[in-house]
Amino acid sequence: MASSTQCQINVLSSERSVEKFNRITLRQTDKVYVLDHKKVGNRCCLNTTKDKLYESIYHFSNAELLEISEHHRTKVARNVNLERLQKNYLFPEISARELEHLEKYPNAKIISLGIGDTTQPIPDIVAHTMSDFARDLSTRKGYRGYGAEQGNKELRKAVADTFYGDVTVKDTEVFISDGSQCDISRLQLLLGSEVSIAVQDPNFPAYMDSSVIIGQSGEFQDNMSKYKNVEYMTCRPENNFFPDLSTASRTDIIFFCSPNNPTGHAATYKQLQQLVEFAKKNGSIIVYDSAYAAYITDESPRSIYEIPGAKEVAIEISSFSKIAGFTGVRLGWTVVPEELLYSNGFPVIHDFNRIVCTCFNGASSIAQAGGLACLSPDGLKAIYSVVDYYKENANVLLNTFASMGLKAYGGVNAPYVWVHFPGSRSWDVFAEILEKANIITVPGSGFGPGGEEYIRVTAFGHRESILEASARLKRLYC
Amino acid sequence: MIIESTPQLGLVATLQYFCTTATIQLLILSAFSWVQFKSATTSLSLSLQRDSSEMSVIPNNHVATSISSSSCTFLGQHKLSTTIRTKNVWLPAKYTGICKCVATPEQTAYTTKVSRNFNIGKLQAGYLFPEVARRKTAHLLKYPDAQVISLGIGDTTEPIPEVITSAMAKKAYALSTREGYSGYGAEQGEKPLRAAICSEYYANLGIEADDVFVSDGAKCDISRLQVVFGSNVTIAVQDPSYPAYVDSSVIMGQTGQYQKDVEKFSNIEYMRCTPENGFFPDLSTVSRTDIIFFCSPNNPTGAAASREQLTQLVQFAKKNGSIIVYDSAYAMYMSDDYPKSIFEIPGAKEVAIETASFSKYAGFTGVRLGWTVIPKDLLFSDGFPVAKDFNRIVCTCFNGASNISQAGGLACLTPEGLEAMQEVIGFYKENTKIIMETFISLGFKVYGGKNAPYVWIHFPGQSSWDVFSEILEKTHVVTTPGSGFGPGGEGFVRVSAFGHRENVVEACRRFKQLYK
Repeated sequence: MASSTQCQINVLSSERSVEKFNRITLRQTDKVYVLDHKKVGNRCCLNTTKDKLYESIYHFSNAELLEISEHHRTKVARNVNLERLQKNYLFPEISARELEHLEKYPNAKIISLGIGDTTQPIPDIVAHTMSDFARDLSTRKGYRGYGAEQGNKELRKAVADTFYGDVTVKDTEVFISDGSQCDISRLQLLLGSEVSIAVQDPNFPAYMDSSVIIGQSGEFQDNMSKYKNVEYMTCRPENNFFPDLSTASRTDIIFFCSPNNPTGHAATYKQLQQLVEFAKKNGSIIVYDSAYAAYITDESPRSIYEIPGAKEVAIEISSFSKIAGFTGVRLGWTVVPEELLYSNGFPVIHDFNRIVCTCFNGASSIAQAGGLACLSPDGLKAIYSVVDYYKENANVLLNTFASMGLKAYGGVNAPYVWVHFPGSRSWDVFAEILEKANIITVPGSGFGPGGEEYIRVTAFGHRESILEASARLKRLYC
Repeated sequence: MIIESTPQLGLVATLQYFCTTATIQLLILSAFSWVQFKSATTSLSLSLQRDSSEMSVIPNNHVATSISSSSCTFLGQHKLSTTIRTKNVWLPAKYTGICKCVATPEQTAYTTKVSRNFNIGKLQAGYLFPEVARRKTAHLLKYPDAQVISLGIGDTTEPIPEVITSAMAKKAYALSTREGYSGYGAEQGEKPLRAAICSEYYANLGIEADDVFVSDGAKCDISRLQVVFGSNVTIAVQDPSYPAYVDSSVIMGQTGQYQKDVEKFSNIEYMRCTPENGFFPDLSTVSRTDIIFFCSPNNPTGAAASREQLTQLVQFAKKNGSIIVYDSAYAMYMSDDYPKSIFEIPGAKEVAIETASFSKYAGFTGVRLGWTVIPKDLLFSDGFPVAKDFNRIVCTCFNGASNISQAGGLACLTPEGLEAMQEVIGFYKENTKIIMETFISLGFKVYGGKNAPYVWIHFPGQSSWDVFSEILEKTHVVTTPGSGFGPGGEGFVRVSAFGHRENVVEACRRFKQLYK
């Protein structure tokens, strides 16, 4: 008979496959046990949601515990910064929800307007260049080993000429990356844990999450849904999606994305002038994310360096992901002007170069060959026609929401539409749209407390999917 | 513009200069303050700041090592290169006199109020391999007609087998079609590739496909692991060792200052690996650290650890509650029958992470593909699985390896691909043999080479940078100075075996000439 002594065990983590939890790590005071489904069968609760699992308290008798047996733990303390992360990164969370929905409704025709994943093929001229380059790696003449960590010289020059020709950024100031998400973290490594940051609210979660990970953010304050040491610059329709800088505290770093993910707003010249002045006055560094600049329709600045004085206060990051469909190929760049100096006069570019040489080994040579092809005259024409395709999608979505009587923002200078559902909780709206229309979106609160009541809809998708999604939404809300 | 600094100011100056073909600007440095000047196209402006925070970073008697030979040597003995580079050089802390510059002062350069990351300031010089590359470039400028042979940076040279490149070419081409296009991939890597890596390298070792995280190379994953661990862990490294472990540790803030006298960073445990101890540390003398970086087959010494040695290591880690980060990038170069994976050792799954790379197997140094294995059984002190935190980092700080590279990786792991990789590896191993035989015949004490594409040559009583320079100067062959890998590398030079056969043969001929 099992001993009558029961002990309470708390769930630490779980591995879950489609239907059941395969492995659960449990802790009871100072002992850790790992439950392997193969060994303990039904005790690993089947079909329990993740939240319920974590609320669970398991009761085991001593005899059962002995059977499960204690598990070795290292004496390495978990990084407290990672403990501060509140939940999973936003986009894998969205994917997980999509999977759950598919499990529930295996025949559902899900349309994904959630994660900003490009769908249109890469233009021939670019894809064929990469294909030829790959093939040439089999030849003695065409073989390439390690490239410069900062990127291929020609490509750096092409980026400087194509995107910064008018504002004289040097090729030596351009660092080729395997994408903005990676460079954001490399910039955080560069800046270190002692700097203070400001982010727009709402904003692309990588700035915030990488800041927590590196140790800049301080504790999360549940009551406000904000991190203690982070300055949140609210961006709403009421302030034209540009923060009121007169009320903003000084921080060392200001993350600013324009055209904005998720709101779709492109900052005007005047707004960016204010931002640069603000940064200059406060001795701050702007990290300017211009990944969606190619989507701008009006006269809004495409680069922060269009603003005089910006070279002394701003780093600019950008990406081939959304302009060339390189989301899987992986290519981007960061501009660090030589004029950008730390308080002691030391050039930031020198340290960034050191990070790039030590923590990175260059973007894939094949991707870089593709990048170069993108920036040829024919390449640019081809990739921009794909951009136009997505812009037309955005237009369709804007019209759809307008016809539904919903206030929809963005969509003109960015491939995102930011839709207001007043008085609602964004995860509820997300769930409802998914449940009833089989459409994946992204709940605004995933981008920060300022995103509550909003849903982000991306314009990436095949035209027919966009049209079908529009039809479903109209049926749902009319 | 004249600056006069008096002894009372006690300045340490930092020299920063731009090198252009047209102008040479030099400053003679004195004691403890920042001198920073910036040249506009035709004039110099200068600002002198006393920055007390810098004083704590720069210890007394600190001498610069960040001079690269492709920038101008300060104190102006050489013509400048055409590269425009900024270099910061700290000079000796003793007062050397009046600082004189000639130019018209303009407004002080604007600086932000953001403090430089203290940790990066601890790094002594550029990362080792770009330094070697710079010396090579400078040498080429000096001797434009020299046939420089590179046996320095471990850069692969032989073409990638067609079975692999055709898969990549096919994938790239497919991206231009509607059916073949794919966007974002899983950050952890494509499932088939993870499964193939698992079944090829970790069969029967209790590792599962979802323990495998595909990367854009081991160097990048080392830094991602450091981000997981954070700044409050202590590390141990072999001495000598691949510089990325130490450098990433400094950047993360895990170390103290660099101690010039012993050439070590404080707070890092350096585990001496010498010919005398068979290149395996005496663990009874090693202090406990949270993390132990261990590379086998070793870069740079070429030593491969035996089953017995690795068992000791795993037991040591278990006893101390440490985590081993096991770098197995050269495992396939092994000739001896030693473990290729740490997970061959019982108990390793509870104490070790393994990182590896396609770079040196498939010539993927430019293509960028590798992997890291984190077993589910590896737990932090509170029981939280390390793999979960690594997964979070991978999802937040990374966005997956290039899908084209991954297609290549999958082709590498087909029977045809594996055979093709073995041929390339065999080619480099033959190179290694030639290099080893050359130096042995010249009477040198030679290590490594059997289980790795590196030959570790002893030059007793000599400075390794001096030997590096001499070899470069007299034979036009680039090697890597042992001290770049840690103080335990002093007196050694690493010769890498990556190169076209004719270059390796020619290099050996030149070595014979130099040292006969």
